[in-house]
Amino acid sequence: MAMIRTLSEALTGTSVDLAPGAKVLEVADLELSFGGTQAIDGVSFDVDRGELFAIIGPNGAGKTSIFNCLSGVYRPQAGTISYLGDDLLGHRPHAVAERGIARMFQNIELFDNLTVLDNLMLGRHLHLDYSTFSAIVYHGRAKQRELTNRRIVEDIIDFLEIEAFRKFPGGMLPYGVKKRVELGRALAMEPKLLLLDEPVAGMNVEETEDMARFILDIRAELDLTMILVEHDMGLVMDLADRILAVDFGRPLALGTPREVQGDPAVIAAYLGETDEDAAPLDAAAGPAADQTSL
Amino acid sequence: MTSRTATSTPASSPSTPTVPPTGSSAKTSSRLRRGRPELYTDYAADMAMFNTPAKRLWTGLLLVGLLILPFYLDRSWTSLFITVFIFAIGAIGLNLVSGYAGQVSLGHAFFIGLGAFTAAYFGGTDPNFLGLGLDMAIWLPMAGIVPAIVGWAVAPLASRVRGLYLAIVTLGLLFVGGHFFNEFTSLTGGPNLGRTAAPPVLFGVDFSSAGPLLGIEMTARQRIYFLTLVFVIVAAVLARNLTRSKVGRAFAAVRDRDIAAEVMGVPLARTKQSAFAISSFYAGICGGLISLTSGGRLDPINFAGAEGLFLSVTFLAMVLIGGPATISGSLMGAAFVVFLPRFVETVAHYVPAIGSSGLFSVQQLENILFGVFIVAFLILEPRGLFGLWLRVRNYWKAYPFSY
Repeated sequence: MAMIRTLSEALTGTSVDLAPGAKVLEVADLELSFGGTQAIDGVSFDVDRGELFAIIGPNGAGKTSIFNCLSGVYRPQAGTISYLGDDLLGHRPHAVAERGIARMFQNIELFDNLTVLDNLMLGRHLHLDYSTFSAIVYHGRAKQRELTNRRIVEDIIDFLEIEAFRKFPGGMLPYGVKKRVELGRALAMEPKLLLLDEPVAGMNVEETEDMARFILDIRAELDLTMILVEHDMGLVMDLADRILAVDFGRPLALGTPREVQGDPAVIAAYLGETDEDAAPLDAAAGPAADQTSL
Repeated sequence: MTSRTATSTPASSPSTPTVPPTGSSAKTSSRLRRGRPELYTDYAADMAMFNTPAKRLWTGLLLVGLLILPFYLDRSWTSLFITVFIFAIGAIGLNLVSGYAGQVSLGHAFFIGLGAFTAAYFGGTDPNFLGLGLDMAIWLPMAGIVPAIVGWAVAPLASRVRGLYLAIVTLGLLFVGGHFFNEFTSLTGGPNLGRTAAPPVLFGVDFSSAGPLLGIEMTARQRIYFLTLVFVIVAAVLARNLTRSKVGRAFAAVRDRDIAAEVMGVPLARTKQSAFAISSFYAGICGGLISLTSGGRLDPINFAGAEGLFLSVTFLAMVLIGGPATISGSLMGAAFVVFLPRFVETVAHYVPAIGSSGLFSVQQLENILFGVFIVAFLILEPRGLFGLWLRVRNYWKAYPFSY
């Protein structure tokens, strides 16, 4: 009789082996422009194994564009993206996904007509190694793979506490649950690097705290490297190990939350030119919609 | 593999419902199965094709009904059912590419025609035309494989555009292919002349003549009824398997959100390509069998130009009326579209406004109703007949409550 599995027992492929000092992700001098608009202008950063790295910036700063470059949706004009020693540039999004990079979208990109189960099973797409022929007869390998992966998906459903929505179509879910299913779908990919694009945008305090708890649990259980883009400064300052602040595509500051919070350039970007009684950051940034998304 | 229940409840309490009833109120019954059709104790039971007793029962009854039906039907009704079965195979094919993968295709008639003439080439026995005279065991698979290869080859062109533009590209395919059919007279016989189709001789048994089948003496029509019934069941089961596997999910993902699908690791171009290839395979099988509905003759004009476009639209209507992205909907849609003219004809006898002396002729009313039904379903029930069925089912599942 099988026991209930924890997330770390269900998803075993999220940890990366790295030589000491090596980085999971190294981005150098990234440049991306659309016609005359410079979306990303010389951004460089690296992410350590198991780190929760955050990218912040005002609306239109280029945060989501950085994500789109990482996941292969946009092709930057210059710069390098090195992931586990492998050059990511020029790969199609599905090839990037095959390398173990999963992503949660800012504006929910769930498959509206598929059930929560099917949405999560789509996250397992790359782990379902059976042929189309096997799928057509749905016997042997295909059936066995579907069953084992269904079990993994159920473990994720368990973890995210979305049992009640298992057979609901994605389009009919409440907003907060949609975000949670999106997180689950990204988790189901069993990634080595997880990109979270505004996981708590538009959420109330309770939902935000739930999401923060899930992110912390994922860190604790899976030793997963994550990059977080978020406007909720409270969340970012509490969760992130290091923060990169960008504005107009240019890097403003990079460092620990405390360092970035006190950086004059960051305060200027959020509040205008600084004076003595600058308000704390978290009061300034609201969860407003970012227009740079897909 | 596992007896762990799907809820967070420990496996030691197997009476917990593992799947919350969707759209129905959970009835607390002391009897475990009765009244709790969605109680599962393993994932395999939940993922089975017929995962509730009701589905098993009704599918079984339908099957038994279809098996005894031809012994009680007259010739013309048996023919109608044969047409339903053959068209249903084509409708399933179009549903795979348009309903599931979201790639609207008006070129379906081309692939049906290609299947028809491929079958005629491999199975044809008429010395006036190209034909190898092979058995149906060879010509029928070939009628699927050749269009599948052509579908695979043209898909890269089609997968670069979407929506309306894709419809126009596939329309172009229809006209180019139609020209080919009309001009290749040694194979197709040329427009308005046509040729004889491949005879339905499977493993040496000629289904176009009366004789025993499984020990029962039958007319030719009844034999063809059972032959096509077997084909449509196999086609539907395989398609259903495909759609509940990772391939079907990938199709739906490409349809709903293509960029998200790609980020999940679904290769867009290759997925669209396999959707076109598999759809064309089904269209080809439908084409290979279509001569059984037209007295064993094939006329290229039916698959070319305006006639071909009408055939494509007919199949689109089956998908839209039956229910996009459902296999059973394709079957219902095919039945609806094939039975509609007969229904109109029957009604016309009793309604004086219809008929040669009335307001519309039977033919006109047919066309009008056809259009009205497509529009009505698109607006009122986009899930088609399958959606209507869902409403009825959910009403009775929740009865006497509204939700």
